[in-house]
Amino acid sequence: MIPLSWYMSLSAILFAIGVCGFLTRRNLIMMFLSIELMLNAVNLNMVALSHYLDSMRGQVFTFFIITVAAAEAAIGLGIAITLYRSRKTVHVDEVNQLKG
Amino acid sequence: MINTALVSWKAFGPIIPEMFLVCIGLFLIGLDVFSPKRRELLPWLTVIGCLAALVMVAGEKNIVGFGGMIIADSYASFFKIICLLGVILAALMSEHFRRTEGLKQGEYYSLMIFSAVGMLLMASAGDLMVLYLGLELMALSIYCLVGLPRNDGRSAEAAMKYLLMGGFASAILLYGISLVYGLTGTTDIAQIAKYTVTGNLLENPALLAGLGLMIAAFCFKVAIAPFHFWTPDVYEGAPTAITAFMSVGPKAAGFAVFGRVLFTGFPQFHDQWGILLSSLALLTMAIGNITALSQTSIKRMLAYSAVAHAGYSLLGVLSGTAEGLSATMTYLLTYGFMNMGAFAILVLLASPGKRRESLEDYKGLAKTNPMAAFLMLIFMFSLTGIPPTAGFIGKFYLLKAALGAGYTMTVIGLVVFSSISAFFYLRVVRYMYMSDPQENIALDFTPGISAVLGIALLGVLGIGLLPGSVIGQAATALLGQ
Repeated sequence: MIPLSWYMSLSAILFAIGVCGFLTRRNLIMMFLSIELMLNAVNLNMVALSHYLDSMRGQVFTFFIITVAAAEAAIGLGIAITLYRSRKTVHVDEVNQLKG
Repeated sequence: MINTALVSWKAFGPIIPEMFLVCIGLFLIGLDVFSPKRRELLPWLTVIGCLAALVMVAGEKNIVGFGGMIIADSYASFFKIICLLGVILAALMSEHFRRTEGLKQGEYYSLMIFSAVGMLLMASAGDLMVLYLGLELMALSIYCLVGLPRNDGRSAEAAMKYLLMGGFASAILLYGISLVYGLTGTTDIAQIAKYTVTGNLLENPALLAGLGLMIAAFCFKVAIAPFHFWTPDVYEGAPTAITAFMSVGPKAAGFAVFGRVLFTGFPQFHDQWGILLSSLALLTMAIGNITALSQTSIKRMLAYSAVAHAGYSLLGVLSGTAEGLSATMTYLLTYGFMNMGAFAILVLLASPGKRRESLEDYKGLAKTNPMAAFLMLIFMFSLTGIPPTAGFIGKFYLLKAALGAGYTMTVIGLVVFSSISAFFYLRVVRYMYMSDPQENIALDFTPGISAVLGIALLGVLGIGLLPGSVIGQAATALLGQ
């Protein structure tokens, strides 16, 4: 059996990749994808822990996370479309009307 | 076969107000689609629905449901009342606001109600799962509300920034929760406190990391520095009525989970989170107040002031005592009244095509519209914390609680930074009373906006002159917990 620490390390690495992606990428869609990667790292962690602890809570939580992530993606893409219609770009650095 | 006798209606007792609000929200969508002529009724139906929910919430007495997942106690109901008041005032304000902005009503009010349901769930969350779901329900509805004026590029930009930051924060929150779950084996907030003692986890670095990640995510939600970067942009870009709503409801709900998680889930770690939060509070007050000095737009200034006030409110939480938490609760209620009032003046001054959000537009307002200027004066005094307004009382109790818990440095910080804040709040007053008017603005006191101003004025002066009742309510809410 694969030990728990392997799952947790993989999840930590995935989460770190997500954080780095979010901080370095400047394309809106890539930033969304980085957030999705972070959420999936959490899902992996939850499911592995749930199996290891023999408790169902982690798996139930994962279902909720997946559902909410889908809703968030729908809203995020909707906002990306409105933004593209008014600015003709999804590059975050070029969207800078609000500042001060 | 499922035994139907097991599914008893009594089980739904703790979430009756939430279910009622969901029904109202769906009804409003239906009314909007099937009976477009009756759209004028939407704001009033929202207000009536929320008032009914308010009555239900106020009557709740310590019901625990769904195996400890929902705790509808008096602590939760105090926060729920603040959130519902926020929705009511914002809906009344929107009744005026949509005329000047030409905003389509449609799903506006139902989204507002759905976000209120999220806040209510956050306030009564007894489990991290419910907490997360409530938080997302609130946040997702507000992302939509911020981006609702589709032809305004500023709103789309604000919605995008809010969504990115909010999504990032919830991912961090979830990772923190997964660490805590892994170590304690549960997501029940009260059980976590038990397992940290029995499982000998008090020195565990991974648990501390999990707690730290959760605190960081909550700081994002209530706009505590250094996680406040989204605040000014989102507040400025969102429609003004929604900005007012965001500065009250989500903030109160955020502090409700702050209190619940730290006081119920991690009371043994007060040494660690007390120090952490006191330095964050100092930083927040400094950044909020000092950056607000250089703002020329009142809306943006109020955004930085919201950051500063989040810092003040944190003082009660970090003290780790019931007295401190009741001071934070009182402060959030007073902040709700005075901030709603200030934003209502902003909404009142705006007319089609002209937002009038800059300081210059307030020049000589006292000569053209003495009533509006006087109300703004009261709200600005209250935000500064000058007696006999509610802002003074709120700050006084926060100071007392933090001093009692021994955070002298933070208290000194609060006094210094709130005296700095007098400069930019009173500058608005100076512009209104000591400059010559530039244009004659005809104000339209519609029933909605008059009601908001009346309620806010009543709240600010009522709490300022008779503080005992609210403080007493907050204190009994905690002791009854």
